[in-house]
Amino acid sequence: MTDLLITNARLLDPATGLDAQGALLVRDGRILDHGQNLGRPDGVAVLDAGGACLAPGLVDLRASLGEPGAEHRETIATAALAAAAGGITTLCAVAEHPLDDPALVEFLARRGDATGSLTILPYAAATRGGAGRELAEYGLLREAGAIGFSDGMTAIADARTMRLALSYARAFGAFIAQAPQEPSLSAGGAATEGERATRMGLPGIPAAAEAILVARDIALVRLTGGHVHVCNVSTAAALALIRAAKDEGLAVTADTAPPYFDLNETAIGDYRTYAKLSPPLRAEADRQAVVAALADGTIDAIASDHQPRDADDKRLPFAQAAAGGAGLATLLAVTLAQVHGGKLSMLAALGLMTDRPAKLLGIAAGSLARGAPADLLLFDPESAWQVTAGKMPGKAQNTPFDGRPVEGRVIATFKSGRRVFG
Amino acid sequence: MVAFPHKHLLAIEGMHPPEITDLLDLAESYVLLNRSGKTQRDLLRGRTLINLFFEDSTRTRTSFELAGKRLGADVINMAVSTSSVNKGETLLDTASTLNAMNTDLLVIRHGQSGAPALLAQKVSAAVINAGDGTHEHPTQALLDALTIRRRKGRIEGLVVAICGDVLHSRVARSNIHLLLTLNARVRVIGPPTLIPAEAARLGVEVHHDMRSGLAGADVVMMLRLQRERMTGGQVPSAREFFRFYGLDEAKLAHAAPDAMVMHPGPMNRGVEIASSVADDPIRSVIGEQVEMGVACRMAVLDVLARRLPRNR
Repeated sequence: MTDLLITNARLLDPATGLDAQGALLVRDGRILDHGQNLGRPDGVAVLDAGGACLAPGLVDLRASLGEPGAEHRETIATAALAAAAGGITTLCAVAEHPLDDPALVEFLARRGDATGSLTILPYAAATRGGAGRELAEYGLLREAGAIGFSDGMTAIADARTMRLALSYARAFGAFIAQAPQEPSLSAGGAATEGERATRMGLPGIPAAAEAILVARDIALVRLTGGHVHVCNVSTAAALALIRAAKDEGLAVTADTAPPYFDLNETAIGDYRTYAKLSPPLRAEADRQAVVAALADGTIDAIASDHQPRDADDKRLPFAQAAAGGAGLATLLAVTLAQVHGGKLSMLAALGLMTDRPAKLLGIAAGSLARGAPADLLLFDPESAWQVTAGKMPGKAQNTPFDGRPVEGRVIATFKSGRRVFG
Repeated sequence: MVAFPHKHLLAIEGMHPPEITDLLDLAESYVLLNRSGKTQRDLLRGRTLINLFFEDSTRTRTSFELAGKRLGADVINMAVSTSSVNKGETLLDTASTLNAMNTDLLVIRHGQSGAPALLAQKVSAAVINAGDGTHEHPTQALLDALTIRRRKGRIEGLVVAICGDVLHSRVARSNIHLLLTLNARVRVIGPPTLIPAEAARLGVEVHHDMRSGLAGADVVMMLRLQRERMTGGQVPSAREFFRFYGLDEAKLAHAAPDAMVMHPGPMNRGVEIASSVADDPIRSVIGEQVEMGVACRMAVLDVLARRLPRNR
């Protein structure tokens, strides 16, 4: 029985701009109706939301999972727990090792369905073995369910390979998701090049490593007519290039993740390896540029950029520690700080985590449309809590936000009408 | 002097001027003690000092060993060869071993910036950074400051030129912080490929020409050019480096007439410094730096040991 009437809620649907008090009726796992004056059909359970916000379940455009391959860091089951606690109902997964086999893509999607709480849409490898040389089998991988193609944290360094990837992916309506760090400039780096890295004696990665690769890829999009999706944009220079490419009408989209608009490079002070990320945390001016790009539409989505790491990965001297932060459980609350701070409207903030990534992916999720799957998020935007490593849901505890007070708590998460959290 | 307010000595950055000058004053007294041939073996009696060196070093390790022994500590050298151990897990495994041994003072050199700070979180001993990656080498800066002060009578107002591979130098960073804290004027000189990003933000003047950089300098501090930097492409050749950035008589002539020449050692003669300058008995204080090193390390061990619990 998945019929449910949620009453006394603030309905938020970024897809339509709806922001109104009302009720929402779920039947057979789908949204049947919503509005101000919904009757209660016989036998339907009622949940009084008490005025809390009811929004579409979040669509996480990019998260890494430990499984398959690094189950000591996280399994799909523990990731699903953390996702549900964070209000995420659809997650686009980048595997630890890029998936270049259609069977693995099918496997990962099936494992998501088996959780009952999370739809997993796998990215497949852009190149065989993620090695950056030969193209993976985009057609077969797409048939198996690949949502897009990416070599994960590693950029496709070779311009000809990237050209072929963008060009060939067109045949299957797919995009290439690129982590934009020019490899020769970022090799061996541990922090953004600048005063802080200089003081800490850490090998630097110049901010320009991002803009250089973005500029090249935009030129290749112009050449091929392909679609590049730029992951984790973190610098003003790259954002300016993306903004101009969009104005030109090129198929260039972009996402960022909460650390890049909530933290700056000072977070790595005292060699805090939980704040070691890829790309590295940036200067304050770049952080502000990311905030501005969220507001003006240059950035299409906020992804969790969840990357599970364990103590052995992180309790190391900074340059040797693994990059990456846990992000599933904090995606909503840290993003809401931009709403509380007046930089984003509530609908715009939610849109970056629901409707806009769903449209980018071409999937039926991320909206309160009648007939859509009842993937829902009920949250209190004012409720305060403190992010604490060691007390996060799921297995991965490597949050870069450790100690940060936040406002915005998930009360309940629903997957196809079934309550999976809260 | 007031009690030293830190449990560890991990970096010069963040230290206040009196903390530094108190250490230098104490070191000065150890210079006299050492020259007199007397010892003070009761100060660290029963204390265990471990030299934990993850990178090869003769000079610094010996200096700490001598400092510890002169103060009566039981000194143990643990040379951890870089070939067998370069994983950080081992660093924390080592920490638990050292805790089990009731180590009082732990001197660590490590190839990774921040490694002593990481270790300091995990051990009960007082940790002394004897050089970490390209971060800091605080006792080197102290011994350099003492050498300068003894020769020049002061540090405030002096023009100090730090020359060569500043990018990879922990010695340069510690010296920059210390000298600026004591109100010297600091210049760094080197090719742009060997100057760290935004070096000027540290408060130094950046020069790429030895002549302008050395003009009127009271102190010329040379840095060791790591040979492997040349394979990294940051400098095309040793001969080109020496031609433009090596300290020879002609370049030194631009400095103040009584400028003193320093080098943390070991020197690459003919690469960053000409032998005629290095061995100049009047201007070169390279030998004296070594003597000051022992005295400064005694002072550091002394102040940190005073903060240790009396009985374990």
